[in-house]
Amino acid sequence: MKSLLEMSGITKSFDGFKAINNLSLQIGEPELRAVIGPNGAGKTTFMDIITGKTKPDEGKILFGEDNRSLLGMSESRIAMLGIGRKFQKPTVFEAQTVRENLAMALRNPRGPFAVLFYRKTTAGAARIEEIAEEINLTDHLTRPAGELSHGQKQWLEIGMLLAQSPRLLLVDEPAAGMTAQEREHTTDILRKAAETRAVIVVEHDMEFVRRLNCKVTVLHEGSVLAEGSLDHVTKDPTVVDVYLGRSDAGH
Amino acid sequence: MTPTRKSFVARNPSVLYFLAALGLFTAIVAVLSEASGVGLISTSFVKTLGKTLCLCLVAIAMDVVWGYCGILSLGHFAFFGIGGYAIGMWLMYARTEIIVIDSLAGQVIPPTPQEVSDAIGNQIFGVVGSSEFPLLWAFADHLWIQLALVVLVPGLLALVFGWLAFRSRVTGVYLSILTQAMTLALALYLFQNDSGLRGNNGLSGLQNIPGFDDTGQDVVSIAFFLTSAAALALGYLLFAWITDSKLGNIIQAIRDDESRVRFLGYHVESYKLFVFTLTAVIAGIAGALYYPQAGIINPAEIAPIASIYLAVWVAIGGRGRLYGAVIGAAVVSLLSSWFTGGGAPSVDLGFYVINWVDWWLVLLGLTFVAVTLFAPQGIGGLFDKLVRKS
Amino acid sequence: MMRLVFGMILMLLSAVSVAAQDLQALLQTHADEVAKPSRRSVSVMLDDLVASGLPQVPVFLEEWAGRNVWQDDATGLFYIGAEEGDALIIRDVDTGDETSVDAGGFTQLRPNGGVRRVIGTALVQFQLSDPDPARRQAALESIARRGEAEQLAPLIASLEGEADAGIRARKEQLITFLTARFSEDTAARVTAIETLAADTSVEARAVLSQILATTDEVAETLPDVNIAELYDPADAPEASYQILVDAGLAPALVSAGDIRAALEANIAEGRVGTVPVASLNTDAAREDAYAALARADLVPPLVTQDDVAAALQSHVFFAQYVETDTAVTQAARATLDTVETRVGWAQTVDMTLDGLSLASIYFLAAIGLAITFGQMGVINMAHGEFIMMGAYTGYVVQLFVPDYTVSILVALPLAFALTFGAGVAMERLIIRHLYHRPLETLLATFGISIALQQIAKNIFGTQARPLTSPDWLSGAWVISDVIQISTIRIAIFVMALIFLVALLYILKRTRLGLEVRAVTQNPGMAASMGINPDRINMLTFGLGSGIAGVAGVAIGLYAKVTSEMGADYIVQSFMTVVVGGVGNVWGTLAGAGLIGFLQKGIEFLNPSNTLAAQTYMILFIILFIQFRPKGIVAPKGRAAAD
Repeated sequence: MKSLLEMSGITKSFDGFKAINNLSLQIGEPELRAVIGPNGAGKTTFMDIITGKTKPDEGKILFGEDNRSLLGMSESRIAMLGIGRKFQKPTVFEAQTVRENLAMALRNPRGPFAVLFYRKTTAGAARIEEIAEEINLTDHLTRPAGELSHGQKQWLEIGMLLAQSPRLLLVDEPAAGMTAQEREHTTDILRKAAETRAVIVVEHDMEFVRRLNCKVTVLHEGSVLAEGSLDHVTKDPTVVDVYLGRSDAGH
Repeated sequence: MTPTRKSFVARNPSVLYFLAALGLFTAIVAVLSEASGVGLISTSFVKTLGKTLCLCLVAIAMDVVWGYCGILSLGHFAFFGIGGYAIGMWLMYARTEIIVIDSLAGQVIPPTPQEVSDAIGNQIFGVVGSSEFPLLWAFADHLWIQLALVVLVPGLLALVFGWLAFRSRVTGVYLSILTQAMTLALALYLFQNDSGLRGNNGLSGLQNIPGFDDTGQDVVSIAFFLTSAAALALGYLLFAWITDSKLGNIIQAIRDDESRVRFLGYHVESYKLFVFTLTAVIAGIAGALYYPQAGIINPAEIAPIASIYLAVWVAIGGRGRLYGAVIGAAVVSLLSSWFTGGGAPSVDLGFYVINWVDWWLVLLGLTFVAVTLFAPQGIGGLFDKLVRKS
Repeated sequence: MMRLVFGMILMLLSAVSVAAQDLQALLQTHADEVAKPSRRSVSVMLDDLVASGLPQVPVFLEEWAGRNVWQDDATGLFYIGAEEGDALIIRDVDTGDETSVDAGGFTQLRPNGGVRRVIGTALVQFQLSDPDPARRQAALESIARRGEAEQLAPLIASLEGEADAGIRARKEQLITFLTARFSEDTAARVTAIETLAADTSVEARAVLSQILATTDEVAETLPDVNIAELYDPADAPEASYQILVDAGLAPALVSAGDIRAALEANIAEGRVGTVPVASLNTDAAREDAYAALARADLVPPLVTQDDVAAALQSHVFFAQYVETDTAVTQAARATLDTVETRVGWAQTVDMTLDGLSLASIYFLAAIGLAITFGQMGVINMAHGEFIMMGAYTGYVVQLFVPDYTVSILVALPLAFALTFGAGVAMERLIIRHLYHRPLETLLATFGISIALQQIAKNIFGTQARPLTSPDWLSGAWVISDVIQISTIRIAIFVMALIFLVALLYILKRTRLGLEVRAVTQNPGMAASMGINPDRINMLTFGLGSGIAGVAGVAIGLYAKVTSEMGADYIVQSFMTVVVGGVGNVWGTLAGAGLIGFLQKGIEFLNPSNTLAAQTYMILFIILFIQFRPKGIVAPKGRAAAD
């Protein structure tokens, strides 16, 4: 397993408050990784920095075989490079149909003129069908996304990520607000996705993390506190102290 | 999905209905106009209708930039005015040239080119105490260049302004205020006597088309009316095609959640810039057709308030649907001229007589508030609801 | 008793002097000049009169200049007379005895304007020592207006007895001015000129420029005169050549119009010379035809560019000082340079004050907006109309309360109450429903804005209504001729300061402010802590609107009150808030300061065109936002990263 994303010495502070403090992290390809940590540990800022929304004060982020630095790239270039992001709150384009949402995410040229003269292809349509199947939305393709249930929106967003064919998927609390059954399906989707690519899941829900059955990184005050299997980190006394000791592990 | 690729028109039947309605309307007006000999519709009303068609064209441009792409531009009427100025310069120059050559023909010695140019300069700029041709007028004698400027000046201005604004991620109300500031700066500039565009006198006599002096205004007006209708039809088709394309999906997505689109890998700024510039160009074309029918253009036309009215039309008509913008612009501007032209009967309340010339703006303002509050989708939205029910 | 004795002594004394020499006799020696004075002749006689030192002279001169002197046709004696119907009351010029006579035998003397001015100058010398300070003052002002060499000596003489300190200072100043301009003694002039270095008044600068007055001259070789400046004719060849033409040193240029006129005058049978008229449609063809006429001596020859160049080459162009004394002009030049530097500084100070007062106005106009926009994120396009409502409130109050001071004091709270109410009503009825649709708030409030504007127009008409400021606000604080600022602007500045302090106090120190900030930062959390966000939003909006109303009264005092006045401020107000940084009172202050000073600065560079100044300012702001999209005082913390 070789490393796809390599972050080293990342620091970001907001008015003196260090949201990320000398954070170093490596993700291989393929890999499924869960990132946990108490509130304010810097999980969201961590994703903002990878996706180019926030510029770090110090540090390096390298991506891919040719070790390209992501620093200074725009969000859209980073996304085109193969990093997809799912937000905590499901953000799909509610006014448009499920199919249109997926079509927009499909990996195709992104320039305005290319898009203006874009013509639908059979391959593209087949890919949409395939993803729809995977996220259980085949019957809803022509419905406006706004009419979907909360869980379905979460899936649609994951589907849009898959349509982007990213090499690295950043998923922020995918199971929030889902029923037990929906969670199970979400787990399946993520694990399947992680078979061919890197997936980072930021989660609060220990039960969900346990089900993912993957390596866990614990963030605390902007840096990595512990790394390893869930059992390993939950036994780590420092982790128990700062995180598990303070809040209920299982929700 | 199996791509049962339906044709553009089949996917958008409303385009066909719209074009049919526009065609019918145009034919009726043309037949009933004075030019056809029937004369049921006066020449001045044909001009009003022709101008209204141009306003509809700028309104659909506004609808695309605001209703579809979410940029509440308070500057599109400025682009409209720039288009008017660009064509107005040629109209005024060419017509003055004809008059001047005519009047100099009576001289004992034939005039030199310099004398002709001086006399034209005097005629045009005497009113602002100057007779020199400003640099701005360098191409005023070339119709084709001025026609190109109708497209190029609004386009370039929108491109530069949009590039600056979108690049620094100015969005929402900030962007609106910034576009309003741009409009104000332009209007203030034009208000100066040394702007090179005759200060607050503006350009006038634009209804007289050089080379068609012998053609009556009845024919000229119907010609412009038909051209405006054709421009509206083409503009409508263009925008319907754009909004129906995948680009249409993207710009609506930008409207709904800009940063999400960015994380999908789209360079949002390019899209906004494309839409902003294209709509500015269409606004310029609409202005170039409007002002020869209006006969006069002055800086007051460009003042920020005009661009806000444009937004009002689109909002009342219904954002996010092209026919909504057409309905809004047509209904509100025609009602506006009916009420303020004294056409509407006064209402006697016993203790006070409501004279609509004075109270129309109050009515419009309050209607507008009511529409924003209770029918955010405008007339078009109500229309859609009715269609869906039946 | 003492006064009576004293008076009698005086009378005796005057009688003695009358005996020594009486005015009538003196006048008789110049009888012709008195009866028919001309500007030239009168001065000789005036010198004699003044030299006599007779106390009657000033009275006589005044009456003479006032056309109240009559001459007895029979005896040739002069009297001061006043017509009473047909009769004439004549008064002896020496004794003051009055007699009534028939006007028929007397001729009224009517010295013309020129003569009266000369008499006036002579009179000034007497008035300088007049017991009445007002008359002394008037005499000094007359000297200040038209200084002349002869006034210097009497002015110096009058200095000694001057008791009034103010008048004395003025006299000393005028003596310096006159010495600088007219003294015979070069050293004295130079000294006087150098004293002027400390004086930035317009008068002092005028004195220096008068000394430095020049005339433009031309000559074949440079004469030995006091040269101010040598001109290079190449800088302005046309104007320089015109000087040559005016001096008769070169033939006048033949203009295109002249050529055409000459050609038209020489048309014969459709031709000018041999050239057909129809081919004269270029300048070259016309010049050729004209040259042919010139060769036939029918018209003056064409002056070619070479001729012009040669003429310019063979002459020197220069400015020559009217003053011949080089030492004096050098001193004056050096002093004027010093003074102008000082004036430049003073102008900078003045401009700064102007900028400050403009900034206060923008601050007042924008601060209400900063609250509604900054704290609540609500765009209120009707903000300008709230300003207008405040101004009209001031106007209406003045209709009922005639005392301007009282009316302003009534109008301020009333305007606040009114616009506070209007703001609360608008918030409850409209804005409340649109909190999550900011663009639509913009549109809805715009609807309110046009409705309010039109309603104001329907009530108050389209012409501007006066909002008169009380007397104590109508003056100006004059620091020097260059630096002055009107009291009303100081008042607006003070008001802006009061607003600033009051708002900071409300937002930082009161319960309301705390709740407002809590709702701004996190409405959900605030609500869970028992703060009612609805109530807070309502009050915040009311506060912002109320402040607009008060600002309206202040703005109305110095600008015109019209239904459109709000629209004039709205864009600038938004710019102020945006440039300053949203959500921060200090930001608004910084924004107002930047925009105010910037606008004054641009106006200073291009004073003729305030429209252009505004255009450039807006362009600057658009560019500014490129570099600081969050404004000068940017919001801090994580929120800023969104």
